[in-house]
Amino acid sequence: MADATLSQRLRPYRVLLASRARAQMQYRASFVTDILGTVGVGLAEFAEVWVIFHNVDVLGGLDFTAALLVFALSNLAFSLADMFVGHLDQLPRYIRAGQVDAFYVRPLPLLAQLMTSDLSLRRVGRLSVALVALGVALTTADIAWSPATVALIVLTVVSGTAIFSALFTAAGGLQFFLVDGAEFTNAFTYGGSYAAQQSQQVFPDLLRIFWTFVVPTAFVAYIPAVAILGLDDPLAPTWLAWLTPVAGLLAWGIAATCWRLGTRHYQGAGG
Amino acid sequence: MSIIETRDLVRDFKKTRAVDRMTFSVEPGEAVGYIGANGAGKSTTIKMLTGILKPTSGHVRTCGLDPMRQRVEVARRVGVVFGQRSQLWWDLPLRDSFAILGAIHRMDEAATRARTDLLVEQLEMGPQLGTAVRSLSLGQRMRAEIAAALLHSPELLILDEPTIGLDVLSKQRLREFLVAERREQGTTLLLTTHDMGDIERLCDRVLVVDHGRLAFDGTLTGLAGTVGAQRILVIDLAQPTPDLHDVPGATLVDSESDGLRQRLSFDAEATTVAAVLAHVSSRHEVRDLTIEEPDIEDVVRRIYAASGRT
Amino acid sequence: MKTFWLLVRAGFRRHSTYRLALLAGMTTNSVFGFIRASILLAALASAGTAIGGYDAPTTIAFVWWGQALLGTVNLWGFAEVKDRVRTGDIAVDFLRPVDPQIAYLAGDLGRAGINLVGRGVPALLLGALLFDMAWPPSAVSWVAGAVSILLAVVVAFSGNFVINLLAFWLVEIRGITLLWMITGGLLCGLYLPVPWFPDWLRTIANWSPFPSMLQNPIDILAGRVVGDDIASAVGVQVFWAVALLALGQVVLRAGRRRLEVQGG
Repeated sequence: MADATLSQRLRPYRVLLASRARAQMQYRASFVTDILGTVGVGLAEFAEVWVIFHNVDVLGGLDFTAALLVFALSNLAFSLADMFVGHLDQLPRYIRAGQVDAFYVRPLPLLAQLMTSDLSLRRVGRLSVALVALGVALTTADIAWSPATVALIVLTVVSGTAIFSALFTAAGGLQFFLVDGAEFTNAFTYGGSYAAQQSQQVFPDLLRIFWTFVVPTAFVAYIPAVAILGLDDPLAPTWLAWLTPVAGLLAWGIAATCWRLGTRHYQGAGG
Repeated sequence: MSIIETRDLVRDFKKTRAVDRMTFSVEPGEAVGYIGANGAGKSTTIKMLTGILKPTSGHVRTCGLDPMRQRVEVARRVGVVFGQRSQLWWDLPLRDSFAILGAIHRMDEAATRARTDLLVEQLEMGPQLGTAVRSLSLGQRMRAEIAAALLHSPELLILDEPTIGLDVLSKQRLREFLVAERREQGTTLLLTTHDMGDIERLCDRVLVVDHGRLAFDGTLTGLAGTVGAQRILVIDLAQPTPDLHDVPGATLVDSESDGLRQRLSFDAEATTVAAVLAHVSSRHEVRDLTIEEPDIEDVVRRIYAASGRT
Repeated sequence: MKTFWLLVRAGFRRHSTYRLALLAGMTTNSVFGFIRASILLAALASAGTAIGGYDAPTTIAFVWWGQALLGTVNLWGFAEVKDRVRTGDIAVDFLRPVDPQIAYLAGDLGRAGINLVGRGVPALLLGALLFDMAWPPSAVSWVAGAVSILLAVVVAFSGNFVINLLAFWLVEIRGITLLWMITGGLLCGLYLPVPWFPDWLRTIANWSPFPSMLQNPIDILAGRVVGDDIASAVGVQVFWAVALLALGQVVLRAGRRRLEVQGG
């Protein structure tokens, strides 16, 4: 019975997401083009890593396979988050189109409506690049497999997606204030994604602290990868890798606060 | 219990006061026209009624609920159409928008279908159900918007400029539908408009807002009486005719082309169109006649002038 | 020429109204600058002292000039002309006494100007303040660098202009735009210096117009390219600017004929 009510409670969102998927499938040719486009973006990002390793054998304490694992984990989490909630950082567009007002007169929470108002299926292109990279990294790397390793990988993908989703949500909340300067939030959404792909050892201490404790993208890929591969980085001990979900929760706490402040500002200022 | 109730409602934006100690209430089943110049505070009031905007001070209740604290509950019981903003899914067939809104309002599929069929039949939208919303004409889209707002059978329907940009025929169909819908369902209606025809056909009561203040609250006839706004009868005659000075209850405004076209103003309380026409046609051959409604901007301007503003 | 200047200034003013957007862009460019500088310095440290002719100060110059010119040079393209072709508004452009290509180029130069001043230079100064950066080694490098930036803006504009005009013939140019953006982003030397590429990829890049949009001005300003090599770097840019502008004229005329045949 409880299941039935839960499924009923979720029905509006299921219908909304299904409608978004249907709309994108309508124009098959441009949908395929868009998927190929995100495959291209994923490949270009990979090319950057690959070209560097064409010149060096080790970067930031990682060899190519380890760097590939970091690349794969962060891209996987980012493309999942981008697919589901990446449009949150397009909030000014929604405000200008009057869409936010339309959301307010519907009997569902605003954030839930905004999240389900789009579903960028084209991002499966980038997602598939990340999946292939993950497959290659996990099979070629020297990993001491155990149930804990598998659990850590799954936990990392889930928490990493949560962290990036939180960043997008925080971006949306801040954009209620920054309508004309919405690009500010790119600094930590796309910037965070770029930082997450790197070995954190390349950063000077201050930046490393920033990407661990302020915008916690170090937890998305690097810290778990060090644990999975059994590498040696005194600043990324194995137990820290298991705290990835905590980083996700904290990020969500901040995101929820940003969102609440943003909607309060909108209702206060009138858009 | 009133459907809408505001008391001393105030809303300030940075330096200006958009809504100034607004007090009014709307009872169930009423149809109220809410008019005023651009920027007079109409949209701001509607946003406060629906929980989009927080009042600076004062009291507001919609369906007996506080729109800020109980926004979701208010949304279940109110239907809103914002004139230029669509609540439909522009890239999907119209049918899908109704299905999605049904799910959003947690109606089951059978109920959604039944209600959609009914509204679509009344609004004669059957042929457009399979059309993508972005391909609908403005008139079709506006009817679809209203059907969408009524899908969940709200107690209160708020329409913000529903007829703006529509051609005469579309306006007429829309008004006829709203009259019928209100007759059958008893839905309360609050409507902002720039079209006096909307008010005349749809509303029993008019609120005029001026610089955020309520400048008039009463019937349409009372409004016309207050400001002396008169309807103009334009008569086209078969022969050049001397000026029609002697029509009871009507006054000549002007005369063109040697009296082939003459414009008479008349007071709706003193006489009727039929009486004026009968008087004129008993003496001259009338070829055509049209009625010019008082311009809403003009009515508002007069109200403003009467309340000491310009 | 006077009209041209007026249009440049109009473009400058039009984009200078978005102050907050400029500041936001500069912030994001700077964050990416920090990250990229960290990566490339780590790569240099791992390789020894230099890669492909880049030592630490030139690498830093590569990163920050790249971030500074990112908003100046329209690498990601624009959709305005495409939209006007689609809606038929381009017909209005044909009626004006100024050639549409020249008019849009002028507007883009104005946009580039405000982005260089309002977004690029602050990011560059921030980078110079926090890192040990190589400055242009001589007055010649400064002057040639400025000319090279101007040419980069023209090359990027005229390439994108041609892409936009394809909307005369194709219903959907999104695929082509995406392909242009992705290959361009990779080959222009935004992420990594072109000399770091493996041979085959470097060859492809050097035969494409993309390095003329970013790598060439950066090389001159970072002092990696000096002396006679400056002339050939600028020469390649001039070639691409002329070739793409000429191609744009050809395509524009063909589009205009098509418009006249179809009656708008």
